[in-house]
Amino acid sequence: MSIGIETGEPTATVAARGLTKRFGARTALDRISFELYPGEVAAIIGPNGAGKTTLLSILAGALEPSEGEVERASDRRFGWVPQEPALYSKLSVAENLRLFARLERVADPDRAVSAMLAQTDLEDRADEEVGRLSGGNQQRVNIAIGLLSEPPALLLDEPSASLDPRQRERLWEFIAGRAGHGTTIVFSTHNVAEAERYAGRVLVLGDGELLFTGTPAELERVVAEPDAGADSVAAPAGDFETAFVRFLRARGH
Amino acid sequence: MRWLLVKDLQILKRSPLLVGLLVVYPIAIALMIGFALSSPPGKPKVALLNEVPAGHGELSFGNQKINVSKYASQLYQSIDPIKVNSRAEAIDKVKSGQAAAALIVPADIVSQINSLITQGVGNPTVELILNTKDPLERQFADQAISARVAQVQQAVSKQVLRVAVSDLQQTLNGGKLQILGQTVPLLGLRNSRAIVQGTIASLPKDSPLLPALRQVVNFATLAIDGLGFATPVLSSIGSPLTVHTTDLAGKTTPTRTYAAAIAVIVSLMFVGVLLAAALLALERSEHTYSRLVRGLVGPSGLLSEKITISAASAAAVTLVMAALVSLFVHLDWGRFPLWVAALALGGLAFAALGVAIGGLAREVSVASLMAFLVSLPIAFVALVPGDAVSGTLKSILDVISFVFPFKAALQAVGNAFSGTAPGIGWPLVHLAVLTLAFGALARVALKRFA
Repeated sequence: MSIGIETGEPTATVAARGLTKRFGARTALDRISFELYPGEVAAIIGPNGAGKTTLLSILAGALEPSEGEVERASDRRFGWVPQEPALYSKLSVAENLRLFARLERVADPDRAVSAMLAQTDLEDRADEEVGRLSGGNQQRVNIAIGLLSEPPALLLDEPSASLDPRQRERLWEFIAGRAGHGTTIVFSTHNVAEAERYAGRVLVLGDGELLFTGTPAELERVVAEPDAGADSVAAPAGDFETAFVRFLRARGH
Repeated sequence: MRWLLVKDLQILKRSPLLVGLLVVYPIAIALMIGFALSSPPGKPKVALLNEVPAGHGELSFGNQKINVSKYASQLYQSIDPIKVNSRAEAIDKVKSGQAAAALIVPADIVSQINSLITQGVGNPTVELILNTKDPLERQFADQAISARVAQVQQAVSKQVLRVAVSDLQQTLNGGKLQILGQTVPLLGLRNSRAIVQGTIASLPKDSPLLPALRQVVNFATLAIDGLGFATPVLSSIGSPLTVHTTDLAGKTTPTRTYAAAIAVIVSLMFVGVLLAAALLALERSEHTYSRLVRGLVGPSGLLSEKITISAASAAAVTLVMAALVSLFVHLDWGRFPLWVAALALGGLAFAALGVAIGGLAREVSVASLMAFLVSLPIAFVALVPGDAVSGTLKSILDVISFVFPFKAALQAVGNAFSGTAPGIGWPLVHLAVLTLAFGALARVALKRFA
């Protein structure tokens, strides 16, 4: 299942133009370019060290690119959900949300906090110290903070990594709801099946290069083509994970 | 920045152990320093064996007597005596730790002194037995007893000289002697010469007695001149040298005030450095740093917030500490605005050092350990007296003291408490420059912080 809406809106929410990031002699990202549109759900997938977190950090504004730029449709900051919950464990759920709402200069912080508590179903845990919450609930607060300012795009770095299956299901329902309201969603994941199921578009990174951008079905078709350089035997129909692995192997990853 | 300050205060409020440590520790130090400075100095316990038989403590000197035993009371001002009856018991007291030392006065000490005074022979000796288990205790007992024995020695010498001068005056000018309860008149050299001169005048000029009598007069004149000169010389021997001190640096901080200033600065340093280092590293440990610096708060703003809250906390705690110390030690409350200025700028400099450490260490536990390990040598180096080390090492220590805030903060607070040299202006400027320098270093460290 893929999530997303066809808006026909020509203006991209975010456009990456030749993004390059170097850490000393190592090139973490090499001339990455793509565009994402309102309501679109995109998954960034790739092996470890491919540059997924670096790319999301640059899109979020947490990291400066060495070259290239990120174009935004508006001046509003994107919502940012880092891989590890970025929360103050000594503060309560509501205090964390209120602090970031104020730092985000949300017009009515208390109202935004109430709305997020309701959306994440954490109203009864509002006064609990975040440090005492389960990993899943911390991740819900982490996501809620990313959404406080009603951002045009939400960037999530491996959002389901610490969640159990039920929590994962709720997370994707929640994200589908946001996308349905026009929020552009970009998430990274190691779970290829999750990318196939929830993303309308996948961006495949390998050693800092953007190897592929398109729908999961398009990736499977590329793998199946005789000149794709992949194994001669095509992946079984609907086996996206096998197709993805063959795609990477064909390109030396 | 306001909301970050509120957030950090909330976090501190919910860390009672940390806050308790940060508040209780300096106050406990303040009270300890206060009690230590306001209490009289301690006296080492000394086993005292006086072998001089009762009633034999008098020194006979000419026709005078000096009671040496009465000078023992001076010795008791410096020690807590434990009277013992034998040398073995004295040694046992030292060995068992009941006494830090044993002082043994031999039975013949009076005759030894008498022999030295009257014949210039001998070396009167008392025996000091020290407990060598604890070197510091040994030094304390040794210094306390040796200094007081030297004072007793000087007092006895003065008394002997006083008696000698008195006898000399009687020899010159005459007087009265007490011999076996009888008062006997003493003629004296001057009167003797006058009598002889009168006799010469009454004799015929060709009297055969005249040459001999003139020799007597000449001798008496020579003796009067010589002994007359000896009197002021002997009087001056008791106090041959007076030291007059001139301090070119001006009025310096009294020792007790200086000790209070050191205690306050040590607390200011620990609270400022540890808090700033830990609060900055906490942003990384909680993974919030990258969320904050993506436009919500700039890295410089974040550093300013950490420096501000740490410096304010350190200054507030140490102001309370100084107020408590002032109950025991005189601190000039008339200069209170300067207390605030010195502690505020000192706190800022220490907090800036703390964020530099936090930025480099990146983890709370590592930052706290680094802050502690850096702080101790800084304080130690700044407190080493310059003249106690060689030239090259002194230069190195001076440089280290200059590039860290401890010495400048100590000078500023010392002046603020007492108004003594050096002035407060330059130390405050120095602290402001160090704040900027360590802030800049922390800003560079943040480039690899996320």
